[in-house]
Amino acid sequence: MEKPKLISEDGVRVDGRRLDELRPIKMEVGVLDKSDGSAYVEFGKTKVFAAVFGPREVHPKHLALPERAILNCRYHMTSFSVEDRKPLGMTRREVELSKVIREALESIVFLEEFPRTSIDIYVEVIQADGGTRTTGLTAASLALADAGIPMADMIAAVAVGKVEGHLVLDVCDIEDKYGEADLPVAMAPRLNSIVLLQLNGRLSREEFQKAMALAREGISKIYQMQREALKRKYSSVEEG
Amino acid sequence: MPMQPKKSLTVRIMQDKIYRLLQQGKRLDGRRPDEVRPVRIETGLVEKADGSALVSMGGTKILVGIKAEVGTPYPDRPKEGSFTVNAELLPLASTTFEPGPPDERGIELARVVDRSLREGGALDLEKLCIIPGEKVYILFIDIYVLDYDGNYYDPSLLAAVAALATAKIPRYEVGEDGKVEKTEERFSLQLTAIPTTITIGIIKELLLVDPQIEEENVLDVSLVVGTDEKGNIVSIQKNSPGLIPIGLMDRITELAYEKTEELRRKLIESAGIPLP
Repeated sequence: MEKPKLISEDGVRVDGRRLDELRPIKMEVGVLDKSDGSAYVEFGKTKVFAAVFGPREVHPKHLALPERAILNCRYHMTSFSVEDRKPLGMTRREVELSKVIREALESIVFLEEFPRTSIDIYVEVIQADGGTRTTGLTAASLALADAGIPMADMIAAVAVGKVEGHLVLDVCDIEDKYGEADLPVAMAPRLNSIVLLQLNGRLSREEFQKAMALAREGISKIYQMQREALKRKYSSVEEG
Repeated sequence: MPMQPKKSLTVRIMQDKIYRLLQQGKRLDGRRPDEVRPVRIETGLVEKADGSALVSMGGTKILVGIKAEVGTPYPDRPKEGSFTVNAELLPLASTTFEPGPPDERGIELARVVDRSLREGGALDLEKLCIIPGEKVYILFIDIYVLDYDGNYYDPSLLAAVAALATAKIPRYEVGEDGKVEKTEERFSLQLTAIPTTITIGIIKELLLVDPQIEEENVLDVSLVVGTDEKGNIVSIQKNSPGLIPIGLMDRITELAYEKTEELRRKLIESAGIPLP
């Protein structure tokens, strides 16, 4: 397939966004009943559920740690979430992303408050259109908050891309596919810290600095939306 | 500095010790904070492989072997050959590695090396085409961690590049009957770039490179950064839990450029790789 033109002369992207514009974002907290905390997040056509179980007893028991909780995370995509059906089970990509998402969450959850337990987080991508790990992490962080698990901060995340020489905020799938770089970033904004950082692609030093600044701007907006989503659920509970 | 996740007492004691050394510009093994361990590169020691390299970085030893096969190209890249990277953390390398299929650490290692090679532009994949849309060379780049004393990332990429640079790939040709057959001839892969990575560890506000095992176990956080010789960053992977203070990113980038360039020079000199 020929590479389509992704950015117009006047800096408009394939889906009509400006270079530094996020996709339409939807967040809802407490959407799955059986879990201890859950969230649904949409970044454009990227749609993700996250659910948290725990702190609960560790299975098998010998994996329990005396001084802190263990945190398990599974990032998974449904078979129909992508263009060509994804085979069932975990791909190598999903195994890697489960690890980096878990490590991002381990950076902020107060695990030492729940020794000998496990906190299990499931991220289920029901439709993938770019930025699934960052959307998943944004949802997982909301689900942890919904479960009432104490954290040093919330995590907000977004992917910055380089497309036709331009840095763009919140890459969608076609931009990722034909673009020159994909930089998923997750931050704990209140702690001024990065909790997930990967680069797949090529960026100059200057581009990398600009991309990180662009990610930070997007993240502060996403963080604000997360707080509002939590308030929506918990203020309506009080009133009801 | 942000509050890092709480660590166990034994970790905190060791971290304090290493941090106090770093404040004086020192390390447990006598290195400076920005000093990589001695690197030794030996190529071609596995004759049955089409390319191989044994790299040691201090006490960490990595063996990479390459086997070439002929297969069909990806439908969206009909004129390109391909490569896949696998990594195994062998049980003989460490008591923390267990037999069995690669776990998440092995998968992460393989994928970071893969991305560094791919985005670093090390191979011209169009040169690995035999018949467009039908037959191409597929390179299997397999990484084995033989001895693990911390940081298996950087020596794995060094070994992969050294093995690729010195590989002699059996040439396949289209015969008169149109079939693709193996010939007696072999050819070299002309590398189009030499990507290298450096692993950077952080304790509080201080940085160190190429952590050995005692350091790795107590770092606040670590990340791997890859560059090419043209001044691009070609891969990044935060590969452990913990917080990277945003304010450290410029120092991290600066250090990464300096150290990956140093490793690139070492690789070119000791493996006798021609400059792309």
